[in-house]
Amino acid sequence: MTQSRAPLYFLIMALLILAVGVFQSWNSALSILNMGLISAIMALGVNLQWGYAGLFNVGVMGFVALGGLAVVLTSMSPVSAAWSAGGVRMIISLAVGIATIVIAIMAYPRLPKGRIRGFGLAAILLVGLWAFRSLFDPAVAAIEAIDPAVTGYLGGLGLPVILAWPVGALLAAGAAWLVAKTALGLRSDYLAIATLGIAEIIIAVLKNEDWLSRGVKNVNGLPRPVPYEIDLQGAEWFVSLCAKFGFDPVSSSTIFVKLLYAGFFLAVIIIIVTAMELALKSPWGRMMRAIRDNEVAAEAMGKDVTGRHLQIFVLGAAIIGFAGAMMTTLDGQLTPTAYQPLRYTFLVWVMVIVGGSGNNWGAVLGGMLIWFLWIEVEPIGGFIVNSLTAGLEDGSPIKSGLLDRLAYMRYLTMGIILLVVLRFSPRGLLPEK
Amino acid sequence: MDLLNALVAFANFVVVPATAYGAQLALGALGVTLIYGVLRFSNFAHGETMSFGAMVVVLVTTLFQSWGISLGPLPTALLALPFGILATAILLLTTDKVVYKFYRRVKAAPVMLVIVSTGVMFVMNGAVRMIIGTDDRRFADGERFLISARDFKTMTGLSEGLAIRTTQVITVVVAMITVAALFWFLNKTRTGKSMRAYSDNEDLALLSGINPERVVKITWLLVAALATIAGALYGLDKSYKPLIFQQLLLPVFAAAIVGGIGNPLGAIAGGFVIAFSEVTLTYAFKKVVTYLGPDSWAPDGLVQLLSTDYKFAVSFAILIIVLLFKPTGLFKGQSI
Repeated sequence: MTQSRAPLYFLIMALLILAVGVFQSWNSALSILNMGLISAIMALGVNLQWGYAGLFNVGVMGFVALGGLAVVLTSMSPVSAAWSAGGVRMIISLAVGIATIVIAIMAYPRLPKGRIRGFGLAAILLVGLWAFRSLFDPAVAAIEAIDPAVTGYLGGLGLPVILAWPVGALLAAGAAWLVAKTALGLRSDYLAIATLGIAEIIIAVLKNEDWLSRGVKNVNGLPRPVPYEIDLQGAEWFVSLCAKFGFDPVSSSTIFVKLLYAGFFLAVIIIIVTAMELALKSPWGRMMRAIRDNEVAAEAMGKDVTGRHLQIFVLGAAIIGFAGAMMTTLDGQLTPTAYQPLRYTFLVWVMVIVGGSGNNWGAVLGGMLIWFLWIEVEPIGGFIVNSLTAGLEDGSPIKSGLLDRLAYMRYLTMGIILLVVLRFSPRGLLPEK
Repeated sequence: MDLLNALVAFANFVVVPATAYGAQLALGALGVTLIYGVLRFSNFAHGETMSFGAMVVVLVTTLFQSWGISLGPLPTALLALPFGILATAILLLTTDKVVYKFYRRVKAAPVMLVIVSTGVMFVMNGAVRMIIGTDDRRFADGERFLISARDFKTMTGLSEGLAIRTTQVITVVVAMITVAALFWFLNKTRTGKSMRAYSDNEDLALLSGINPERVVKITWLLVAALATIAGALYGLDKSYKPLIFQQLLLPVFAAAIVGGIGNPLGAIAGGFVIAFSEVTLTYAFKKVVTYLGPDSWAPDGLVQLLSTDYKFAVSFAILIIVLLFKPTGLFKGQSI
């Protein structure tokens, strides 16, 4: 019954974006569209975990950031001086670190229980840590010493940037597998806290490991899958095309680039939604919903509940990582300090809940709508304040005080939207069928 | 070999700060654990509740300072604390009435309440930022040190100083008083006993005529006091920054879970376990090692296991280890 509402809502969404184009500028309308599409993909990932399986993931930010890291590692050209200074040592040290952990895990069940096991494990870990640090520290120092103002890191593989998107999905899936291996099967709150923790750690790594992605010095100038505006403005065919329609080549070049991005993102969304809808209708999807609705019954039917949860958690995280890589590609730079849990974790949750958990189209709609509001709450609020205080002169303390506080309006608004939707329409705008 | 100086250095850089931090975490974790025990959900808005309480304390302190009221050597913030608790209590009771009460009535799943609490977190975060902005504020006044490093050196003749800040002593003293009062309340008063009964077995408590709404109300009042005191003490000790409380959520939750969520004694133990491991693992032991070994032994590096930026990783690792080997926490969880 509710499916008929979907086209209407998407029409309204399109009109809202068109309105931004008419009243503000086409440039900002397309910016909202592009980030809205990326947010929609993040929401699809969370929807897969929450709507299909009831897994509560509050580490979205971490998986988004891993996607961003993937862009740097895949697409930047390698810094050969840094590689020759410490690249091999770095790889060996990381291998030693991983080997230590693997040996410890393998030794645990083999050692006799009691004091021997405790001391044995401690010895393995301490020796491993010492070996790791004695290789790792000089390698870091050597790598970071290479022209720190410009590089000071290993660089990437120099591959086309589009390849970074699936790599981002892989990185996020790997991290999700580690989290899920340890925290799934425990109580749902514990999974939430574990994901919260892993997200903070991923951000800490991005901020501090300068040899990996330059830390808080950011990586700028990431390659793009689309042409640069400045090249377009010099290109014969583009200028003549603009002249034919009477457009200004400078402003239309930015719009053209944004349209190209929108095309890429739309293609990704269509592929993901189609795949997810097919999966939902397949026996696998029915099994997932059965597990979500009654774990005990599903387990009694011989379904491997924890195994399926692991699978879906990793898949969802992969989608989020994919979106994270797309976002960093769109931004053109990796800024670890920009990753804030409210913005990247809890906002995505608002998108999923408002859109309708369990419904993929709902997640897409929620992603676009909430992103639109996130951006537009400030100008709308500014408009309201300005018209309410029109009688006051500029610089009056009330007016300037109100305008100063507008920047924080968005947090308040998002909270209220989430609470209102949860209270009065807990199934969201487009409920699960 | 200079054992005494090594001990003093260790006390100065590890024991004293970790004790103060542990007391703050313990108070925060107590709030989380009480909500879990009685209302049965993990309250993600707890960090923002601490922030809100601390914010009111900051504002009232500034007001008192402008009136010239002070406590002499003690920080004025102590006088402002009751006002902060009152404001937070009003906020939490209103939130409960407007938001949480409905979900109790429909008996919503706990995970639903967790999501609802993230909505509350957004609202509180926005409100705090709108009221006070995002700047860093120091509001500690009065005497800065109980013992300054220089006094200690002249007193003992050691080359290593031991500084104890007033705020650190106040943190520990206030936390001890608060915890003592809380345990007295939970164990000795009729209301406290009814709260524990409700937390242990809801149905049985209802049958014996305990009014659940009253229990919930009292829980929120206790949580308001605990969160405000924890937030204000943290702010006094470091400085008040609204955004920092978002990051405190992880260590606070880790403390509550490590101790056994729902168990107040466990929350206190968990707070200190987390604080001591964070500070010890991220402290550069160079000085201590230099004092302990012969002169030629002085290490080149900092002898630091982890950089301070990874302190989250410490609370996270402890959390995971405890969950893997003792899923109910160090103390038995889920009972007040």
